[in-house]
Amino acid sequence: MISSVDKTCPLTFASVDPDAALKAVVGKKRSEVLAEVAASGLKGRGGAGFPTSVKWNLAAAARGQEKFVICNADEGEPGTFKDRVILSDYADLVCAGMTAAAYAIGATRGIIYLRGEYTYLRPHLEDVLARRRGRSLLGPKILGKDGFDFDIEIRMGAGAYVCGEETALIESLEGNRGEPRNRPPFPVDTGFMSRPTAVNNVETLAWAACILANGAEWFKKHGTEKSTGLKLFSVSGDVERPGVYEFPLGITIAELLRHVGGENAKAAQIGGASGHCVPASQFERTIAFEDVPTGGSVIVFGPDRDMLEVAENFLEFFVEESCGQCTPCREGSRKLLEGVKMLRKGTCSMKYLRELCGLGQTMQLASKCGLGQSAPNALLSIVEHFKDDILGRTPQAV
Amino acid sequence: MADKCAKCEETRAPKSQRAHEIVAPAAADAIGAQVSATIDGKEIKVPIGTTILKAANELGVHIPTLCYHADLCIAGVCRVCVVEVEGQRTLQAACAYPITQPIKVHTHTAKVRRARRHILDLLLSEHYGECYACGRNNNCELQALAKEYGVDYFRFGHPDKPRFETDTSSYSVRRDMNKCVLCRRCVRTCIDLQEVGVLEVARRGAESKVVTFEDKPLADVVCINCGQCINRCPTGALTEKDFTDEVWAAIDDPTKHVVIQTAPSPRAGIGECFGLEPGHALTFEMNTAMRRMGFDKVFDTNFTADLTIIEEGTELLLRLYKALVEKDKSVALPQFTSCSPGWVKFIEHFYPEMLPNMSSAKSPQQMFGAVIKTYYAKKNNIDPKDIVCVSLMPCAAKKFECNRPEMCDSGFKDIDYGLTTRELGKMIAETGIYLPDMPKSDFDDPFGTATGSGVIFGATGGVMEAALRSVIELVMGIKVEDLFDHADITPIRGFEGMRIAELKIDKVGPVPDILKHLVPNWDWLKGATLKAGVAHGTANAKRVLDDIKAGGKFSECHFIEFMACPGGCLGGGGQPIPTSPEIRAKRAQAIYNEDAAYEVRKSHENPAVIELYEKFLTDGPCGHLSHKLLHTHYTPRGKFIG
Repeated sequence: MISSVDKTCPLTFASVDPDAALKAVVGKKRSEVLAEVAASGLKGRGGAGFPTSVKWNLAAAARGQEKFVICNADEGEPGTFKDRVILSDYADLVCAGMTAAAYAIGATRGIIYLRGEYTYLRPHLEDVLARRRGRSLLGPKILGKDGFDFDIEIRMGAGAYVCGEETALIESLEGNRGEPRNRPPFPVDTGFMSRPTAVNNVETLAWAACILANGAEWFKKHGTEKSTGLKLFSVSGDVERPGVYEFPLGITIAELLRHVGGENAKAAQIGGASGHCVPASQFERTIAFEDVPTGGSVIVFGPDRDMLEVAENFLEFFVEESCGQCTPCREGSRKLLEGVKMLRKGTCSMKYLRELCGLGQTMQLASKCGLGQSAPNALLSIVEHFKDDILGRTPQAV
Repeated sequence: MADKCAKCEETRAPKSQRAHEIVAPAAADAIGAQVSATIDGKEIKVPIGTTILKAANELGVHIPTLCYHADLCIAGVCRVCVVEVEGQRTLQAACAYPITQPIKVHTHTAKVRRARRHILDLLLSEHYGECYACGRNNNCELQALAKEYGVDYFRFGHPDKPRFETDTSSYSVRRDMNKCVLCRRCVRTCIDLQEVGVLEVARRGAESKVVTFEDKPLADVVCINCGQCINRCPTGALTEKDFTDEVWAAIDDPTKHVVIQTAPSPRAGIGECFGLEPGHALTFEMNTAMRRMGFDKVFDTNFTADLTIIEEGTELLLRLYKALVEKDKSVALPQFTSCSPGWVKFIEHFYPEMLPNMSSAKSPQQMFGAVIKTYYAKKNNIDPKDIVCVSLMPCAAKKFECNRPEMCDSGFKDIDYGLTTRELGKMIAETGIYLPDMPKSDFDDPFGTATGSGVIFGATGGVMEAALRSVIELVMGIKVEDLFDHADITPIRGFEGMRIAELKIDKVGPVPDILKHLVPNWDWLKGATLKAGVAHGTANAKRVLDDIKAGGKFSECHFIEFMACPGGCLGGGGQPIPTSPEIRAKRAQAIYNEDAAYEVRKSHENPAVIELYEKFLTDGPCGHLSHKLLHTHYTPRGKFIG
């Protein structure tokens, strides 16, 4: 048993033959592969929702003798554990997706950047890779196709949340401190070892393989116009049935909560620590890139939760995990955390709270990378929606 | 020096701290080579890949910066320079954002102003210390920004007690991390500009701190004391170790005879301490000021610079004679100059196996001290123990150098205190003197006589030019002017990081009297081509040394000048702050102008030097007494310090 997550019914991934994806790929021109992915409307499943085909097209068009495909398996967002399931049970699909990406952009090397905490998955993944090499699904002349050479290696992360940010991930791969780079240029033209690099999330690559096996139309049967397809969700918190779920994008939060047994929740944190806290009054909103986006994490808060404690918990996480490079994130997170502690003690004035919210907006605007830009999200949405919950605490003796 | 970034592939700095190369079109006039940018409504066309900051500078639009420095790779970490780019959700760092397509930028919208104010408030919330008790008061970039953005209270608090102990272990650099704002300029200076790599950021998030290896004291790591980090620190976190109190105490002590020698570069820079534009030499105003401050004698280090040329040049000729005539294979060539104490410590740490190539001649500072406490003391009937030798240097490493245990050949500490240009500027101000208004006065005899050759020691290539001037005349028996207009050996000048110049010795003259006891004639040099190399900045020094090891073109050189600091001494770690390529170029111009103004411009013609050999160092250059007083030895330190 590799994964400790309970399985009750199979995911769509179980029904897709990874080999079919690659067979379909080698029968097509590169441009046709790119067109198929574009037609599917697949967007990045890591959370940012960047169109996968745009990323691949840019990497394909970038000049460079050597290109890379990197699978971002640094699943570090609090409350996210769906990539672990995919890597445990559907690693072939992920590898097929990487190989298809390599074919589309002209890459010869692939790297799985595996979260340090998932070291136990490594032997399993090495087995998968070895098996694929034996079956000519990796290595030189894949499936007998001349000039289609591609292999995958596994590199381990060391536990830094920020290394899930693609440029920090690349820095880490190059042996440097895991710190985000200045962008532009983007990894698609100046990535790993300054070569064009496509960095995709585990789930994105798995879905790409499914799309190439079953076609874009099959994929588009689910989801909304702007957020096509199915998506895995890691549901945790105050629910009866936590676990990994598969839902179409566009599902309302209320419906999702019904499925997992969390109807009486007072709020749900969609998108992990860097996501947004949605109050019960807004549970009719949909989970989709155009409404409430997520990389798959849904943390549910029951009626008895202290939302201030929730905010404190998230901010402690960011104070710890900020790389410390840029001022707004490094110092801002610390100030927000101090502010929350003051709120809990009942010693934070309204004026200072407004000041902190303004600071949060500055962090969203001025931080160097997505981590700092999203660090204040949880607090800002809690302040917006749970004013009564957080204000008016009885001052405590300090 | 944006071209440093263009060569980023060669540097060790992490890419997160570099500007990335934007693929530029082949020709500057190719279609798409120019891109238009509209900044605050003003339009400009710039080469593709130009940063917003640079484009704004060209338009005369001011964008504040903190972590940006013209000499360093771009970090984009402080976020003070954020601007609004139309179509972008977030604000962008102007210093790091390359323009690759037409863009519209707004530099002072409400969002931008608020973000900058917030960022400053955040920096101040962790910046411990009071401005009026800080060495960088009125010369601090954080203070200037706080003023610019109207900071009138500490919105997010202000620390009331220090978090870290100040590191005063080094003779040269004092580190007070309580004032650090984590702009990482020092880190980039050390690892990228100088390629020494003593400083790095450790830990994460709010725990981030600039540290040495294992957070050891600076004296216990491979710091070369060049002080380039001081010059680029925006705050008072990095300063030189201050010796002004000790010098004042010596001046105030009537039993002490306090002499000061002044190196060429401070005079080209000290005006900046008094608000002058870079490039105004205040040599003679400074002499008057120092006398009024109470120094008993004011001497010119150029005198021993000339002496260094004679000693180092003689050493070179002896090495060449041994190698070429006596066919001694053990002779280490090329010979390396030894004037720059930062460079000396660099080679001791990183290339100890190449120490035999180092000239054994002391630096001009140390030669001066040794001569003052022997020859001068005897001549003027002063007990050397009552002499306090102060030196004014553009350098942080000179403070370390004068404290080297081997630098006591006079029987006393040859140099008691090394002051930086900044420290003297401070002392002059304390005296109530506005330096630019001082009347001019000359140096004191007997060591006031100097030549133009000594002055140009301050600029990169200067030592080599001075040496070549003397070699041409002493060996070839002709006038330098016969080969180079006005005796300006321009091929060796400039700011290129590494360069080589060749001198064909197509004829030789008679051996001058001063060298007759060492070589019978110059015939063995006839037809030879003397190759001289120059490198400034230890990053370039490293490349030259690696090239020599690999048998490259520098291995064919006979003599190589190394300076630890970019630009040579005029860009030294003790010079006024700020520094930039433009400022250093202006200081260099001031130095070359001084050289041109000297009547005697060749070291071997310096009458005081000739007199010293006639009356004191009677066994000549590289003779017994000169070896005792003017030469030294080195310590192979290696990279690993216990």
